[in-house]
Amino acid sequence: MAIIELRGIKRHYILGDITVKALRGIDLDVESGEFVAIMGPSGSGKSTLMNTLGCLDKPTAGSYVLDGLETSRASSDEFADIRNAKIGFVFQGFNLLSRTSALENVELPLFYDRSGSTIDRRQRAEAALVGVGLGSRLDHKPNQLSGGQQQRVAIARAMVTDPAFILADEPTGNLDTEMSLEIMSLFQELNERGKTIVMVTHEPEVASYTRRVITMRDGAIVSDRPVALRHNAALDLADWKERHAALAAEEVAS
Amino acid sequence: MTVGKLASASARSIFRNKMRSFLTSLGIIIGVCSVIVMVAIGSGSQAQIKKQIESMGTNLLMVMPPRGPREANRMTMADVTKLRNEASYLSAISGEVRLSSKVVGGSGYWSTTVYGVEPDYMVIKNWAIGSGEFFTDRDLARRAKVLVIGSTVATKLFGDEDPLGKPVRIGTTPFTIVGVLKSKGSGNNGNDQDDVVMVPLDTAVTRLLRDGKIQAIEMSVVREDLMDAAQAEVTAILRESHRLSDGSDNDFDVMNQSEIIATASQTAKTLTSLLAAIAGVSLIVGGIGIMNIMLVSVTERTREIGIRMSVGARKKDILLQFLAESVILSLLGGFLGISLALALSWVLSTFMSMPTIISPAVIAASVGFAGAVGVFFGFYPARKAANLYPIDALRYE
Repeated sequence: MAIIELRGIKRHYILGDITVKALRGIDLDVESGEFVAIMGPSGSGKSTLMNTLGCLDKPTAGSYVLDGLETSRASSDEFADIRNAKIGFVFQGFNLLSRTSALENVELPLFYDRSGSTIDRRQRAEAALVGVGLGSRLDHKPNQLSGGQQQRVAIARAMVTDPAFILADEPTGNLDTEMSLEIMSLFQELNERGKTIVMVTHEPEVASYTRRVITMRDGAIVSDRPVALRHNAALDLADWKERHAALAAEEVAS
Repeated sequence: MTVGKLASASARSIFRNKMRSFLTSLGIIIGVCSVIVMVAIGSGSQAQIKKQIESMGTNLLMVMPPRGPREANRMTMADVTKLRNEASYLSAISGEVRLSSKVVGGSGYWSTTVYGVEPDYMVIKNWAIGSGEFFTDRDLARRAKVLVIGSTVATKLFGDEDPLGKPVRIGTTPFTIVGVLKSKGSGNNGNDQDDVVMVPLDTAVTRLLRDGKIQAIEMSVVREDLMDAAQAEVTAILRESHRLSDGSDNDFDVMNQSEIIATASQTAKTLTSLLAAIAGVSLIVGGIGIMNIMLVSVTERTREIGIRMSVGARKKDILLQFLAESVILSLLGGFLGISLALALSWVLSTFMSMPTIISPAVIAASVGFAGAVGVFFGFYPARKAANLYPIDALRYE
């Protein structure tokens, strides 16, 4: 079943006299359970596509069916509800509320839940944090957490509403190798469990942990192919740690 | 978001920034506090004025010359006599003249007010004799050169000595002291009521003033419910005495006690409203302070707004969140202001002998006004926050 169906999506910006065509007619299907990387140089339109997929921006033309729901004529309130119920965002800069505990950050989307369900926000948020391995850091504020941990809080926040898919924008852009591998292995794990993930990145290594890579250029998709040699982030992480330990030991020996 | 969730989210963000929240509310705190204290002082002094005027005497009726030049005064001893003979609702009546004069005697002299009155004056004005006795109708008839003095005058002229029987002079006229009045304390403007000398009315009119005019007529009415009837009767008798034709204006003013109270408290009331209005301006200034901080806060928290929008906050949610913050700030300021006002008026009335009356209506009104200020001045910043575009807000550095 297709979670995302884009048909002829165009996005034009008018800057004074010139019209910038950020997206020139995108057709794209993402099935449930896929793990897709969107790549391309800056200015290729991948950020605009991400904003469109995330219902943060309305396309100039075209149709976007999300989880069976046509969104192109939605109002801003309906957009907000779709973001709340269907999409889990993970950003490059984490975008957590500062001076607010991990638990409260994860609870935030549930504040705006309009389904009327009588959920226990705290319990759901705790479960989501346990799910990303932060069960012991519920009351930590973002500034008391490492970058990798902050990103995991953000992933827990994205997961807490059980969205149709996770939309990640350069999720490892601010992280070092070890933390990046941690985050990618978490994404792979979530994907194994059936979560659909769409990730924007410009790093080929990061894309190699996904299942499908879409490359954009000048507002259009230029290639769309499955990942032939899929890497396993958990194994790479173990491998990296081993090499790192060996390197450290060598340094001590000399 | 429900109201509870909204309030708790707003309260949390207010308490995250304790110092700034306090400074923001300070304008409201001071505004609410000053409104309440001003009104409390105003109504306190009004009540005090009323109490003191009532202590001047009971069921008091007073005739005064009209406002204007002294020559317009046409009241004479004959009016007093006519009233005494013809008025049916009066239990006591006394003509009155006043002059400021030096009283010489004992160790030196003392400048005071000399009242020419009749014996009934004691009853009408609630005076009591401390030692000796008050002069009598016989003293009036004889135009006797006797007088009674207030306790202040007694102390100033004679110190610890007994002033009874001692000679004093008013101007060049020699008098003998026959009595000392019991102390009455200070009056409604803080004036010393005991700084007084009383001589028989006829003596004053013939020997001291020599113009034959009466400056006031003081009367006590038998019962309180007869005040209006008494006032009408006194007016009619005086019009007849002055031979005023129908349709012409009175050449005197008859005032009863409640009118005197009304006149005196009118001034206090005007002053109170003026002070409260000035204090009200400070509430508005406080509101502008809240708007200022809320605008800064919206800019500062643009990213937070973006995050909230990305996880599903509607425009209305953001609007209500910021509006709730400014209303909570104002109400908090309001409640702190009330506490401060209560403390302040307690200090004023306890340690500075300034009577204060705090009315629940004023408290309710100022809290209501504080809340309204919060809504009014919080709306613009809140709308600014709600109208942010999620992508721009998320990218804001």
